Parts: sequence; structure tokens; C-alpha cells
Amino acid sequence: MFNDFMSVDLTASLYLLSGVFFILAIRGLSSPETARIGNYLGMSGMLIAFTVTILNLEDNSLPNLILIASGISIGGLIGTFLSKKVAMTDMPQMVAALNSMGGMSAVLVAWAAFLSPAAFGLEVNGYIATASMVEMLLGILVGAVTFSGSVIAFLKLQGLMKSAPVILPLRHVISIGVFSTILVCAYLILAGSQNDQLLFLIISILSLTLGLLLIIPIGGADMPVVIAVLNSYSGFAAAIIGFTLNNLALVITGALVGSSGAILSYIMCVAMNRSFFSVIMGGFGDEGTGGEQVKETRPVKIGSADDAAFILKNASSVIIVPGYGMAVARAQNSLKEMVDKLKELGIKVTYAIHPVAGRMPGHMNVLLAEADVPYDDIYELTEINSDFAQADVAFVIGANDVTNPAAKSDPNSPIFGMPILEVENAKTVLFVKRSLGIGYAGIDNDLFYQENTMMLLDDAKKMSEDISTSI
Amino acid sequence: MDISPLVYYGSIFVLAIFVGYYVVWSVTPALHTPLMSVTNAISAVIIVGAIIAMGTESSGTSGTISKIVSFFALIFASINIFGGFLVTQRMLEMYKKKAKKDV
Repeated sequence: MFNDFMSVDLTASLYLLSGVFFILAIRGLSSPETARIGNYLGMSGMLIAFTVTILNLEDNSLPNLILIASGISIGGLIGTFLSKKVAMTDMPQMVAALNSMGGMSAVLVAWAAFLSPAAFGLEVNGYIATASMVEMLLGILVGAVTFSGSVIAFLKLQGLMKSAPVILPLRHVISIGVFSTILVCAYLILAGSQNDQLLFLIISILSLTLGLLLIIPIGGADMPVVIAVLNSYSGFAAAIIGFTLNNLALVITGALVGSSGAILSYIMCVAMNRSFFSVIMGGFGDEGTGGEQVKETRPVKIGSADDAAFILKNASSVIIVPGYGMAVARAQNSLKEMVDKLKELGIKVTYAIHPVAGRMPGHMNVLLAEADVPYDDIYELTEINSDFAQADVAFVIGANDVTNPAAKSDPNSPIFGMPILEVENAKTVLFVKRSLGIGYAGIDNDLFYQENTMMLLDDAKKMSEDISTSI
Repeated sequence: MDISPLVYYGSIFVLAIFVGYYVVWSVTPALHTPLMSVTNAISAVIIVGAIIAMGTESSGTSGTISKIVSFFALIFASINIFGGFLVTQRMLEMYKKKAKKDV
């Protein structure tokens, strides 16, 4: 009924409009003040794209519309439920899970287009046009890798699978073998019987396997990069499907998301001084390799909550360095209480956040935001690093490798060259840690043995609470 | 002579990558997590593909399978859209509270 009303040009213009809204949604994130408006613009963009598509439906009979509405309702309810329920500490898993949904829908849409090509206008003389076929195959490949990769990332982050890298023998040979088989099958489809569903299925399964193979060798510490890369893939998968469907909204959005994920991966790699290639090759972050054999004999100063409270009370400026350990212990609220008490005493307290602290970009900022820490108090690595020399106390809670001076001094260290927070320059370093174990990078931290370091060995949450009580 | 769709959409794709590049660099690092969740949500605009597939008058076995497949695509994409936007909103609300208290 609406088909005649919606001209091709109007449809395309409205899809373009929703693309513009998506750009503005990302643009809004340049500051917390504009971010919420941006998010609403993003939602509006989605609503526009949705409405335009519904108005252009070929089969807009009531049963079909009900079917579509029920699909959206099911997904909408699940999505809403998840978004309300997830804890801020679990945000990396949530993003991985959502990513897998995006990847899967790209695969399924490619399948739908493959099965009824006429519906999408992809047929030329009864066969699927070669260009469309290539696009669908690419969509399947990228979408499936995104899906299975995100599922593995989710399992690792959720702790359902060991976060240490899983190194298969001959893993590179296997991956290359799988990829080559995909190429051969793709060639067979393009060269021969275009509507070969079996080959299409084989490619889908092999692509899923490839995603699995790519992510299992990557360790926990590299998860921020993995999530960003998968985010980027999900965007490119959408863009490729956009080419198949000749849909502007998909092409624009896919490009935006693709470049966003790529930039975030780049930022994370720089922050770890690791090349993108070495992260993708995996094998890093194997807890307990090497380090453990050499028993450390140097003396370590271990303090109690009372000692720490005494030192903190007598300081005039304190810099807090939070890390993943704080997230695991869910210590952000107790930490905030401790800081509030210090602030009441007129002590200047700021937070220093390393770009790779946590398990995803910006993870620590969200956790501190959840605990009501004003964002003016939070500084990035480059902004605050020179301040450590003037600070009385650096309070390291749940972070480890990002403070390790070996990154500057020891060329043999696996993290050599990684920019670190120079906490060792502070007059006193209070280091909250569960035990004297090694960090994710599997290396010892010289900081523990320094003259001005006091180790506070306890759960991050309990320690913060105890210190608060003592103050 | 008409321009081929591949070149047409290809041009838009390339330009959009540039737009994305500059816009994403302007995002403050403090909001990188919301950036990921919101890009997640908008990439689920792939839902339009699912709806188009649902809305075609298809026949035969492959037509039926196509509908079933796209129904699942619809569900997955909807989870992604609602989950992504709402969780972003939830995070951004937390940044809001503080802004008020601080000012």
C-alpha cells in the first residue's frame, strides 16, 4: 500500500539521513555532556531506517507484519533485559556478546539473500550476479569470523573458558589450510553452479571455524584489542551486506563502525607497545611462563590497612591507579568511599588511567563513573604522568603491568617499550594486590621491591573498606 | 551512462570511512566503552536486510528457509539494537549524575 508512495529516491535519502544520525551519535561522544543527545540521535537514526524499510515492504499483509513485529519484540525483550541486568564490571563480555549477535545476523541475512536472490534483485538471467555473489561470500566470511570470535572472547571474559592462550600445534598451518579451503569453495561457487547450497554451507562452517582458531590463542591481557578488532569486523560485515542490498544506511554505518573499531585497536596496540600483527598471532599473556621458576628473594615491605591509612592521612596529594583487579573485586564503590574520606581531610586525590587498564577500552572510566567519581578527577596517562613526581602517594589498586618500570629499563622484558604510569616517582607507593604473584604479562614487577613501596596484600574491596575504617 | 552500483556505493563507503576516522578520533578516551556499545548498536542496522528478506513474497522450499533464516536474523539484530542502545544509555546516565553534583 505504501510502496507507491515511497519513491526510490526518497527511500535512499532517508537511509542517508539515518546514516547522518549515526555519525552524530558517535560525534556526541566527544564529551559526556553531548553524549546522551548523541545516543538519542542514534536511536532516531535506527527508527528512521526501520520505518523506511517497513514502508517499502513488498509483502505487507497483516500476518507478515505480525511476524516481523514478534521477531523484533522477542529480540527487543532479550536485549532490554540484558542491558538492564549486566553489571558494569561485565561490560567487556556484554560488548562481545552483542558483537556476536551482529556477526550472526550478517551471516543469516547473507543466507536469506542467497536463498531468495530474486527478492533482493540479485538475479541476472536466473543466476546470482557475480559481484553480488562475491559480496555475499565476503559477508559470510567476515560475519562468521565475528560471530565465533566474539563467542570465544565472551567465554574467556566470562571465565567460562580459561583466559590463557590455547596454542594448538601447527595452528598457523591449520588456519591457513582452513582459509585456503574457503577460497577454493568460493572459487567453485563463482566458477560453476552458482546456486550450490552445499558449498555455501561449507564456507559458512569453515568461516566459523576460522574465527574460533583466530581467537583461542589470544590471552586475557590482549582482550581489549580483540574486542576492538571484532567490533571493527562486525562493522565491515554490515557494510559488505550493504553492498549486496544496495543499502546506503548499511554501507555508511558499516564504514563508521569498521573505522571506529580499527582506531580503538590501534590505540590499544600503541598503549601496549605491541604490533597489531603480534596481537593477532596470539600466544601472549600466558600466565605463569618463566617468571615462576626464579624465586624472588629480595625483601618486600608488607603493610596493614592501618599503616596505609596513616600514610594516606598524612599525604597532601594522592594519585589512584585502578586496574582490572579493582573490577574483579568490584572495589570501585569502597574505593570511592575511601577517597571521599581523604577529600574531607583536604587531601587532593586524582585518578590515573592507563589506556589498557581493564578488559576493554575505557573500562575503568565506566566503573569509576558507576561509583560516582567526578570525571574531572580522572586523567589519562599522558596528562598525569609527570604529576607522580610531585605526588605523596601513588595508590595502585588492581593494576600491575601498566606500572612496571621494567617496561622502561629492561630491554628483555616482554613489555619493554610499553608506556607505563610512572608511579615509582611518587614519594610512597601503596600497592594493593591479592598476592605477590605476577601480572597478566607473566612477569615480575620491580616496583614491589622498591624502598618506597608498601604492599597491601588483600582483596581490593576489603582493603579499601579497612583503610576507610582506619581513617 | 549510468554509474555501476558497486562504484556508487564504493565511493560512499570510502568517504564514510574518512568521516568515521575523524569523528572517532574526536571521541574522548573516557567514553571509549560507550563508543563500543553504541557502534555495536548502530551496526545492527543490518536489521533492514532481515526485514527486507522477511517482507518478500517468496515461494518454494528455499523461499521458506530464507524466511526462517531472516526471522532469526531479525531476532539477533533486535537484541543487538536494544541491548546496545540501552546499555549505552545506562552508562551515559552515570556520567550525567556526576556532572550535576560537580557543577
